[in-house]
Amino acid sequence: MTSRQLSKFAKRIGFWLLVALVVFYAVFPFYYAVITSFKPSSELFRVELWPSRFDLSNYAQIFSQRSFLQAIVNSIIVAVSVVGIALLLGITASYALGRVRFRGRSTVLLVILGVSMFPQVAVLSGLFEVIRALNLYNNPAGLILSYTIFTLPFTVWVLTTFMRQLPMELEEAAIMDGATPWVTITKVFLPLMWPAMATTGLLAFIAAWNEFLFALTFTLTDSQRTVPVAIALLSGGSAYELPWGPIMAASVVVTVPLVILVIIFQRRIVSGLTAGAVKG
Amino acid sequence: MASVTLDKINKVFGSTHIIKDVDLEIGNGEFVVFVGPSGCGKSTLLRLIAGLESISDGELCIGDSVVNELPPRERGVGMVFQSYALYPHMTVYENMAFGLKLAKTAKQTVHERVMATARILQLEELLERKPKALSGGQRQRVAMGRAMAREPRILLFDEPLSNLDASLRVQMRNEIARLHQRLASTMIYVTHDQVEAMTLADKIVVLNAGRIEQVGSPHELYQRPATKFVAGFIGSPTMNFLPAELVSGSADGCRVTSAGIGELALPQDASGHGGGAALTLGVRPEHLRLAEASGDNAFEIVNVEYLGNEVYVYLEPKAGDTLLIHRSEAPSAWRVGQQVALAPDPEHVHLFDADDRALGLAQPRAAA
Repeated sequence: MTSRQLSKFAKRIGFWLLVALVVFYAVFPFYYAVITSFKPSSELFRVELWPSRFDLSNYAQIFSQRSFLQAIVNSIIVAVSVVGIALLLGITASYALGRVRFRGRSTVLLVILGVSMFPQVAVLSGLFEVIRALNLYNNPAGLILSYTIFTLPFTVWVLTTFMRQLPMELEEAAIMDGATPWVTITKVFLPLMWPAMATTGLLAFIAAWNEFLFALTFTLTDSQRTVPVAIALLSGGSAYELPWGPIMAASVVVTVPLVILVIIFQRRIVSGLTAGAVKG
Repeated sequence: MASVTLDKINKVFGSTHIIKDVDLEIGNGEFVVFVGPSGCGKSTLLRLIAGLESISDGELCIGDSVVNELPPRERGVGMVFQSYALYPHMTVYENMAFGLKLAKTAKQTVHERVMATARILQLEELLERKPKALSGGQRQRVAMGRAMAREPRILLFDEPLSNLDASLRVQMRNEIARLHQRLASTMIYVTHDQVEAMTLADKIVVLNAGRIEQVGSPHELYQRPATKFVAGFIGSPTMNFLPAELVSGSADGCRVTSAGIGELALPQDASGHGGGAALTLGVRPEHLRLAEASGDNAFEIVNVEYLGNEVYVYLEPKAGDTLLIHRSEAPSAWRVGQQVALAPDPEHVHLFDADDRALGLAQPRAAA
């Protein structure tokens, strides 16, 4: 082996070592959660990198709780509604911001971006008053409202950028064909914006699905909770026991839908995130 | 089919005045071409007629009615865009049917019209394809089909051939011309290419900086340009311009003198100008005759271009540096370095005054 081949070989090894390190760093915590979920509570604190046996008792336990199943249903209702509302408002707003010339358009866009920079805690008390005033306390509708506030800026921003890249002549062709703005949006732009919609919709879904602070603050009873709160409030046999096994099992259960969604939409996400980077 | 009348049309964008007092009559069934350099307002004028831009001032009539306030769909106009702007997610059939469906046309009628249009444009084989599976020329035809399917009274073309390569452009130009003969509908066509304008138009409208420079048939514009701008814009290679001075002039003709050419007796009416007035002399490359010569007034041949069927000879005057071009049929005996004198044919010399307006002829002359 010549020294050139050797150095090439060493470089390749170094590259794959680096990849392995990154994957380990990213995946290990989740992996550990998964194997923990399959351990019976007696073995919980024995460190094992490969589970010696699969024990499904943790899963049996969480699925036997009516409140957990109710929380999953609530989460689905909230997340799907947030995605639907955010995309509907986002598309129409991005048409106005991307296509209609009006005074103060860039100011509006900057305000929208600015809003998304506030930490949740900063608006928590104010939003609580709003929710109370609207009589939405302890109601999934209150969560939908508050998540939409935080999802919309991102959705509008991304969709506006995408909308601006669609050729002007396409819209004018639709106008010449007699299309109203609504018909132009739904019949001409929407079919072309699926990648962007899939990206923003999925990110909105993940945000709504995983949100904890608002969900904890704006709900009171088990029947109205969403999954992250329900997991955090899982209680063990006594006040002194944290039920790690069921918590891990529940976490795995609620993460799986996200992973499946990402896999389904991954190609579209990539094309959505890189759209406009290269002309094509 | 309809006529179009523009009456003192103006368009102002913010502080820029793009279209200035344009008056124009377009007859029923005419093929009119708007031509001019980029930024002259020709596309804006077309978009004003289409209804994609609002008219700042003036009146636009299509047929007998004023359409200033009507949206595009109610004006009965169809438009072909430069980038085609086909709907990428629809098939060729759906692209052409889109406007008809939006107009709530009966399904059967939609089908008949789309099929009829496809037959005219030879698109029948392609109806199920998406635009991305079409060649440039096919996309071009679909774009025309989409504009035609709704049977508009006027068809508008915005530089439709500029995205095609040279040979396809000639072919599509030919197809558009034959389409016009066949449909006999009113067409308005925008281009910056004077060859397209000359070959397609019944009537050319030359625009410059938002104003109409001249309206006329291709023949009129070539033979009798009304301004120096039109003279320089129409024709390739462009007309030669030489500074000249009026020696004497009357209503019956005039005598001018120009460095390098000497004194010429010309048939233009120069009665409005005094002796010594500065004029510009214009001669097309094919109307310049060369003779071997020497002396102070001679021109030197600096380059000879052989194009197969014709030869361009580039001439440099002793004084000044504007190159002149002479065109003749191939073969040519002229060689680089030769000294020549110019003898323009007085019948084909144009004179422009200090405001760049052409001087009219003293008496009617035989058609050139």
